[in-house]
Amino acid sequence: MSTPTFLGMPPFPSTAREALKDGQLRANLGRATATIRDKRLRAIGELPDWEALRETGAAIKDDVLARLPELLLQLEANVTRAGGTVHWARDAADANRIVADIVKRHEATEVVKVKSMATQEIELNAALEDEGIDVWETDLAELIVQLGHDLPSHILVPAIHRNRTEIRDIFLREMAAAGRPAPVDLTDEPAALAEAARLHLREKFLRARVAVSGGNFAVADTGTIVVLESEGNGRMCLTLPEVLVTVLGIEKLVPTWADLEVFLQLLPRSSTAERMNPYTSMWTGVTPGDGPQEFHLVLLDNGRTGTLADPVGRQALRCIRCSACLNVCPVYARTGGRAYGSAYPGPIGAILTPQLRGINQHRVDEQTASLPFASSLCGACFDACPVRIDIPEVLVHLRAKVVEQQHGHLGERALMAAAGATFARPGRLAAAERFGGALLGGARRLRLRGPGWVHAWFGARDLTPPARESFRTWWRKRVH
Amino acid sequence: MSTKDEILARINEALVDRPRSAPPPRDYHRTLDPGTDVVELFAQRAADYRATIHRTDAAGLPAAIAAAAGRRRLAVPAGIPPAWTAGLDTVADDPPLDTRALDQIEGVLTGAAVAIALTGTVVLDAGPDQGRRALTLLPDLHLCVVRTDQIVGTVAEALARLDPARPLTWISGPSATSDIELNRVEGVHGPRNLHILIVS
Repeated sequence: MSTPTFLGMPPFPSTAREALKDGQLRANLGRATATIRDKRLRAIGELPDWEALRETGAAIKDDVLARLPELLLQLEANVTRAGGTVHWARDAADANRIVADIVKRHEATEVVKVKSMATQEIELNAALEDEGIDVWETDLAELIVQLGHDLPSHILVPAIHRNRTEIRDIFLREMAAAGRPAPVDLTDEPAALAEAARLHLREKFLRARVAVSGGNFAVADTGTIVVLESEGNGRMCLTLPEVLVTVLGIEKLVPTWADLEVFLQLLPRSSTAERMNPYTSMWTGVTPGDGPQEFHLVLLDNGRTGTLADPVGRQALRCIRCSACLNVCPVYARTGGRAYGSAYPGPIGAILTPQLRGINQHRVDEQTASLPFASSLCGACFDACPVRIDIPEVLVHLRAKVVEQQHGHLGERALMAAAGATFARPGRLAAAERFGGALLGGARRLRLRGPGWVHAWFGARDLTPPARESFRTWWRKRVH
Repeated sequence: MSTKDEILARINEALVDRPRSAPPPRDYHRTLDPGTDVVELFAQRAADYRATIHRTDAAGLPAAIAAAAGRRRLAVPAGIPPAWTAGLDTVADDPPLDTRALDQIEGVLTGAAVAIALTGTVVLDAGPDQGRRALTLLPDLHLCVVRTDQIVGTVAEALARLDPARPLTWISGPSATSDIELNRVEGVHGPRNLHILIVS
């Protein structure tokens, strides 16, 4: 099965324009995000100390980033002591090779996978398939995306852009080629679709020898890895196979066991809007007689250290991947996630993806450079973020970087440079005011007409004409 | 230079501005309001997530288990008192059952390590009366016995009672998904029926 890739997608404005033409997509997204927005408000409204939890969550994550080397070494020591093996990966190629080598060493030809953003980011599935290894996604939404030869469009619910009828059609068409076929009389009832997934995947769970997961949290002072999920597919993968490989971004740490008391409240209420998700698994290394007897932890950099280097942008590394910012974003709710051209869509994707791709270090490609502009800067994402990432602040910060890197339209840059030079000196500003006032001060309104970008901006925006004389000139006449 | 050293060096380089590391504020609640009936709250919250709740006492427990099990065959971990399952069709997980055999068994009976009232959660720590993790995963019915003294108010209180060295499974209602149009549907891969027997 070939895996689609985000590589080579056009910049956001053109993917967004395409997405907006899809009425079905907009209807599906509108319904789903409205449902989850209301649920989230109820779930957090139940906790009188929600704001205090957010403050603490942000502070713990900042502390983690400030002490990252020390905490990573502590985690490594504790995982190793408990019988696990720790690997370090600079980038996607490193991580994919490490995972593939482990699978091949066990002569396995397939792996079962728990939904994981880190492995989506590094496009692990495609890398394993290149090595002849079958990869079975087991999260229901990931299964829908995989069977539909599709790209994910949401952090929590990658198939949010599909409605129940589309899902039934995908199951009927594709399940047979991947294993147990869907029942021929499958309806589009969500319960029936869940049952079809249960039957399709059970055999794969029972026979798989290697599982790959991500992790929500890693506790430095105990070496414990934590995975939150709903369906039980995570428990299947984390419990039944002989070998477990977990790919974890280096920022996913919490310092102490007790710190989980904050994040196990923030994450479920922000992501699925539940008091607690149905299943959470926690394990420390290997337990004889219970679960996988070989455990590998792959610590992934892949642009995180580059993100950490920017004092404003590094707050993006607090992210716990809840997706609340997607659900409240007016841009995301209309374009969907695939328009962002990255595993991380929505507001968090608009600040995380460019930094992971190196915008703090070097000039980035046009698609990446378009992402910080995929926002109206309304600020709903900041309000919703359980770890208080000031996404609008970082968006504006990254926009400045994009401009510094000489992206954008030549005409726009020339205009901005001229405006900058004019505003820099009072004398120049006064001269511009005199000149503008004399030339245009009598006009009732100003309409600029022209081709291309002139039309794009001014076609719907009239300019206010300048005053005949500036306030300073007027004042001087009165006092003297 | 190893990959590990290289990554650590990159981190240190990224942190040249020496961001301040301060102890986080802890202004949230670690306990519930005094006087909260945690047993009642736990029963309500677990029921909210479609767990079936039975309230009983030690003497009534075997009958409550039998009623919840119906005629189904139950897998039991080694540490379950035999008196709980007298007269029932049970299979001990001792020696451990083969995965495929376990998959054919309809139900499982366990104790618990701790339960959380605020979230309606049961936590298993693979203790003798709970068994290894696969045991409570493959059968479609999970009967879980919780003593009232095992119920705490908050997540913070639960973590303080748990041993991170043990494999832990936190269970809040039966298996569910919100992946289809973000509506919650009960019953995917884990047990679709969760019965919690609260013993006072």
